[in-house]
Amino acid sequence: MEKNFNIIISGVGGQGLITLLRIIAEAALIEGFDVKTSELHGLSQRGGSVETHIRLGRKVYSPLISLGTADLILSLEVSESLRAISYANPKTVFLVNKYSLSFPGALSEKEIIKKINALTKGRKYIISASEICKKELGKEVVSGVYLLSYGAFKKIIPLKPSSILKAISEIIPERYLELNKKAFKLARTLNI
Amino acid sequence: MKKILLGNEAIVQGALEAGVDFVSAYPGTPSSEIGNTFGKIAKDYKVCFEFSTNEKVALEAAIGASFSGLKCLVAMKSFGLNVCSDSLLPFCYTGTKGPTVIIVADDPSCWSSGQSEENSRAYAYLAHIPFLEPSDAQEAKDFTKLAFEISEKFETPVIIRITTRVAHQRMPVELEKVERKKSQPVGKFVKDVKRFVTMPPRVLEMKEELLEKIEEIREFAERSKINKVDRGRVPDQLGVITSGISYLYVKEALEELNLNLPILKLGFFYPLPEKKIKNFVKNLKKVLIVEELEGYLEKEVKILAKEINPKLEIFGKNLLPEVRELNLEKISLAISKITGERFQKPKIIPVDLPKRFPRLCTGCPYWLVFSAIKKTAPKNTIFGGDIGCYMLAGFSPHNIQDYLLCMGSSIGIAHGIKKSSKQKLVALIGDSTFFHAGIPALINTVFNKTNPLIIVMDNRITAMTGLQPNPGMGRTGMGETTQEIKIENIARACGVKNVKVIDPINIKELQAAIKEFLNKKEVSVIVARRVCALFAKKQKK
Repeated sequence: MEKNFNIIISGVGGQGLITLLRIIAEAALIEGFDVKTSELHGLSQRGGSVETHIRLGRKVYSPLISLGTADLILSLEVSESLRAISYANPKTVFLVNKYSLSFPGALSEKEIIKKINALTKGRKYIISASEICKKELGKEVVSGVYLLSYGAFKKIIPLKPSSILKAISEIIPERYLELNKKAFKLARTLNI
Repeated sequence: MKKILLGNEAIVQGALEAGVDFVSAYPGTPSSEIGNTFGKIAKDYKVCFEFSTNEKVALEAAIGASFSGLKCLVAMKSFGLNVCSDSLLPFCYTGTKGPTVIIVADDPSCWSSGQSEENSRAYAYLAHIPFLEPSDAQEAKDFTKLAFEISEKFETPVIIRITTRVAHQRMPVELEKVERKKSQPVGKFVKDVKRFVTMPPRVLEMKEELLEKIEEIREFAERSKINKVDRGRVPDQLGVITSGISYLYVKEALEELNLNLPILKLGFFYPLPEKKIKNFVKNLKKVLIVEELEGYLEKEVKILAKEINPKLEIFGKNLLPEVRELNLEKISLAISKITGERFQKPKIIPVDLPKRFPRLCTGCPYWLVFSAIKKTAPKNTIFGGDIGCYMLAGFSPHNIQDYLLCMGSSIGIAHGIKKSSKQKLVALIGDSTFFHAGIPALINTVFNKTNPLIIVMDNRITAMTGLQPNPGMGRTGMGETTQEIKIENIARACGVKNVKVIDPINIKELQAAIKEFLNKKEVSVIVARRVCALFAKKQKK
């Protein structure tokens, strides 16, 4: 990897963004990358917009990603992927959960996807992760892990699926581990 | 072995590696995970840990433990330092017996801080207390250990000032061995009036001793590796002096601008290694001081440069903002202005989307309380806010928050308004905030005769900062059972005659009580008691 790889994870407070961030950071460590992340805690995150930063590469100084320099925007909610668009440039890849949590003044899913397509040229993967996880596993809560695993299998994220799986085992508490592993496997099955 | 740690977790790791015995904290973002982590592991590591009632009490608990010879750590957010400053200043006079480190977490840009954008560095001057400023999680751990060494060597408390981007930054951190204690250490208070009593005339001698001590620590800082120079290629032109998180942004900016400038990175903010700074600026033509918020460092450098290099051009707050945190772009722009290079601003796609405001959780009992207040309080009623999840009363659809300052102030200010105005007033305060700073203000309403209605939003936990125990719930920070302190009993003991405890699910009863109490001639207290929805869910698991 020549340059550092910058990932913005966006979503709504309570969707498990920090767990996802921890899995990616752990997987980066497993692969021997330097990694720094930044997150916010507190009241403003309670049901509000959340945006976390992950940077990995040979040597990472700042934990923050500058506007216009994200390589990947991984969003657990459609509106929040549009909100993160100021981090995007023409090459930025979008990996988005086709799932909406409404709020006053929100646009429709269709309108948002149209806007993102019009505003940036990069590849876009709009995946119904919540729906798939609910249907196949009975739980929406693992949609983030599903989406991340999907990204690893598709090589959208410069981390091996095996490292992601290992990181999941490190980070996820015992009693939820099976479910998360299932989400990982599901992403593999649907990728083939 | 390396492990990914959050800045705050790295501080805990550093304290364990240093052999900490006693830890006290009051939760506050971005410092809360320090207490949370100790709450989980204290028993295993034979550490005595507590969430104290407020930061002043937390510091005093540590002072007592230090006087008894234990190794202590105290953690709080910026505003906590204001609360405990009354004890901090004399503690610097007495000095420590057991080494003591205080973690203070500032929040530039106010990501999680309502009341002010505080730069706690000013306390270094006020209290004469050494201040260390780490840049990343690894340094957060290393500086914590170093702070214990400094405290032990010079018998002074030491502050580690972190900011949100250090506290909530994760990175691989090198772990070292933690010596396991066989049992929780027991200290001994050895009487020493000369040392522990700050009365005149001794207090003035103590100040002289403290100032001498600071000069000794300055000598230590001159030799310390945490004040370091990254050598550049063109050392006689432009240099950068920086510290904390700003150092990382500077490194990144210089790499991006393809510049190789010398950097003086200061781990110490106080006392400053003056010789090292003079040496650094001696042969420079220009220097840029990169620091967040107020330009304290810049003022110091200006004074030092006057002696050694009067022609030095000093840049700082003329190019960098005093409000809001710094970032790569702000610093790159400042450097480019000095070098005269054109700075290519990246093309940013603007976001056109209304803000998604934070909201009360589904099932939160505050929905019920806010609704009852709105239905019952007559027009022109004043609504006093305080620090907790119920600050969301200020947002739609509630819109019942007419003033908001700091912990406990909803009641103190309510009294002043009621003394000055005939309007009706409802002051909201949470359980933890009531214990923290509400009680003296409540006593004042009885003592000095005003009649606000105070609603204590008792959700049985300190919810906003991540579900920490408080004195109202019968459980300590280490998970032990303890006596449950009832807010209604405190109110009655303070002399409040109109006291009701109501589960807000009984909304009619709550409305009737609000209506009745708003017409009383004396102060009234309603304890609206129903458990936090998040906490209830967590308990079920």
